[in-house]
Amino acid sequence: MSLPVYASFGQRAWYYSFRVICALIFFFLIAPILIIIPLSFNATDFFTFTPEMLALDPAGYSLKHYEDFFTNSDWQLALANSLKIAPVATLISVSLGTMAAVGLSQSHVPFRRTIMAILISPMIVPLIISATGMYFFYSRLGNFLVGDIGLNADFVEYLKIVLAHAALGIPFVIITVTATLVGFDRSLTRAAASMGAGPVQTFFKVQMPLIIPGVVSGALFAFITSFDEVVVVLFVGSAKNKTLPWQMFTGLREQISPTILAVATVLVVLSVLLLVTLELLRRRSERLRGLSPG
Amino acid sequence: MQATIQSADGVPLKKKIAQALFRQKVRALLLIAPLLLFIFLTFIIPIANMLFRSVDNTIVGDTLPQTVIALQNWDATSGELPDEEVFTAFHADMTVAIEEKIHTKLGSRLNYEDSGMSSLFRKLTRRVEKMEAPPYREQFIEADKRWGDPATWELIKRYSYPVTNGYFLSAIDMRKTADGPELRPESERIYVTLFWRTIVMSVTITFMCFLLGYPVAWLLANLRARTANLLMILVLLPFWTSLLVRTSSWKVLLQQQGVINDLLVWSGLIDEAGRLVMINNQFGTIVAMTHILLPFMILPLYSVMRTIPPVYVRAAKSMGATDWTAFWRVYFPQTISGIGAGAILVFILAIGYYITPELVGGTSGVFISNRIAYHISSSLNWGLAAALGAILLVLVMLLYWIYDKIVGIDNVKLG
Repeated sequence: MSLPVYASFGQRAWYYSFRVICALIFFFLIAPILIIIPLSFNATDFFTFTPEMLALDPAGYSLKHYEDFFTNSDWQLALANSLKIAPVATLISVSLGTMAAVGLSQSHVPFRRTIMAILISPMIVPLIISATGMYFFYSRLGNFLVGDIGLNADFVEYLKIVLAHAALGIPFVIITVTATLVGFDRSLTRAAASMGAGPVQTFFKVQMPLIIPGVVSGALFAFITSFDEVVVVLFVGSAKNKTLPWQMFTGLREQISPTILAVATVLVVLSVLLLVTLELLRRRSERLRGLSPG
Repeated sequence: MQATIQSADGVPLKKKIAQALFRQKVRALLLIAPLLLFIFLTFIIPIANMLFRSVDNTIVGDTLPQTVIALQNWDATSGELPDEEVFTAFHADMTVAIEEKIHTKLGSRLNYEDSGMSSLFRKLTRRVEKMEAPPYREQFIEADKRWGDPATWELIKRYSYPVTNGYFLSAIDMRKTADGPELRPESERIYVTLFWRTIVMSVTITFMCFLLGYPVAWLLANLRARTANLLMILVLLPFWTSLLVRTSSWKVLLQQQGVINDLLVWSGLIDEAGRLVMINNQFGTIVAMTHILLPFMILPLYSVMRTIPPVYVRAAKSMGATDWTAFWRVYFPQTISGIGAGAILVFILAIGYYITPELVGGTSGVFISNRIAYHISSSLNWGLAAALGAILLVLVMLLYWIYDKIVGIDNVKLG
């Protein structure tokens, strides 16, 4: 993709200006995310660079917004709730989703396309519609569980969000796991069966180790879906069950506090970690399937 | 003579294969069943249930059961008041309704159709029990003269059926009248404009994503793998970053005391008084959403472009095509499927967006979703919210169906 020696002046000019255009687009993509990081160390409560910060004066920087995040009870409650909800929702989506993806990858599945369309729909249906639907239905379900069955009201509130988030995470698990199963060599299960392994043993000993990268990346998607989700929580959840995005959303809508920038930075770091994990998984998966040299 | 092939235990092979196939199908379905059931219970049924509210009108019949029956004999077009029978039934119904404190709900319901109905019903709270023996007609008219207006009774009769198209008519700026549906007055028409604005802005965002995504996808697909992987991080990091983080950063960048305005003032391009208004309007929504949805355009484009062999363009050039012709006539047509996939995906996601328009859209940059949320949580006109939602859902499902036809849902790729 380099410029040939015989390129004309016009071609040269286009070659370089094209690169500049692309660089600007990359800048547009990444700058808004990176700009948050230095701003979160701002010593004042402004949302812009102060003269002290530009002069790289240490007095212009401070950790006070981080301190607020880690000591403020509202933010801590929100963080704790997010960490309580996301893993359980992920577990539900991954276990049910992987099972269904294995089922869908069999060679003869009736109504495969329709089933797939239904299972992917939580990703496609606008969140506001899912949220309002769940709002009405889950409040009735909650009343039933608390009033008629006598479950603990707090637990039911929690359960409602977990179930809602599990439903939203399922499409991602289905997509990633079916994608890994496409490259799965069927003769391996046949080989296992011919040597006397039962279907369950074949699944856990032969198929599972090979599709695990897909399962894990599906799990990461499901986790981040729940961890980032705000619309459904706003409608289904209560103030007691507020999550991190819930707190950020209300913060942004009402009085915007610079603590949000500190939280945002923490979340950016989290997404970098996720990205690295996914990249490692992708490489492992390609190596296992022999698509790229070790 | 043809012998049937048999398996070891003497059963015809054909039958045996059919049995095996059947077992395989059952096993596959058993694996899928738990999830399908889960999705139905936690997702499909709630939505279907919500959509039903858009036509549900049982409240009038439930609150005023006897009145509704009595009104059947009344001719609404006669221009005369209903007879005493109706008022007696109404008195009986209202006595029960006030005791159960549900008459104000009916008032709010009818208020969507004619403002003033809510207060009319609320006024009766104390009056009904104090009423003396029949006849009731004059006593109701005494309580409020609107009970003596045939139009009030005509409205109740019109909305006495358990199913109504009234919410859908409201959702397209129409209303029910005694002589059938008609357009609302000019000043009350908002939803068609809002739907149109949602569509226009989603198209703009989709087009912006295409404009910015195409060159980047091309570059990524044509660079050496190592460089491309590095640059890919710049696309994937925004993709993985929380939506609220990206929205808040746009809020920080675009506001009047924000980074971009400060930079422009500092560089002398604008003066202090001329700070640009870039947030709480359509501009803010379009910029922020283009940024948020751009990876959804780049990724499908990239996966298509990577499979296009470079030999076609080289062949075209060797036969004398200019760079532009080679691109436009040979390369571009091969990327159409990627453009289609990316554009539909971005459009589907954009049209139902709620969070970003709510935070950076102000009043001119909000979408239909924001109006639905408003009716659910503030105005409590759930029927109208459901009708608006149903229209939006039909639109999205139509696009989803097209997406499935041209791309196939199995081919959706993430990351």
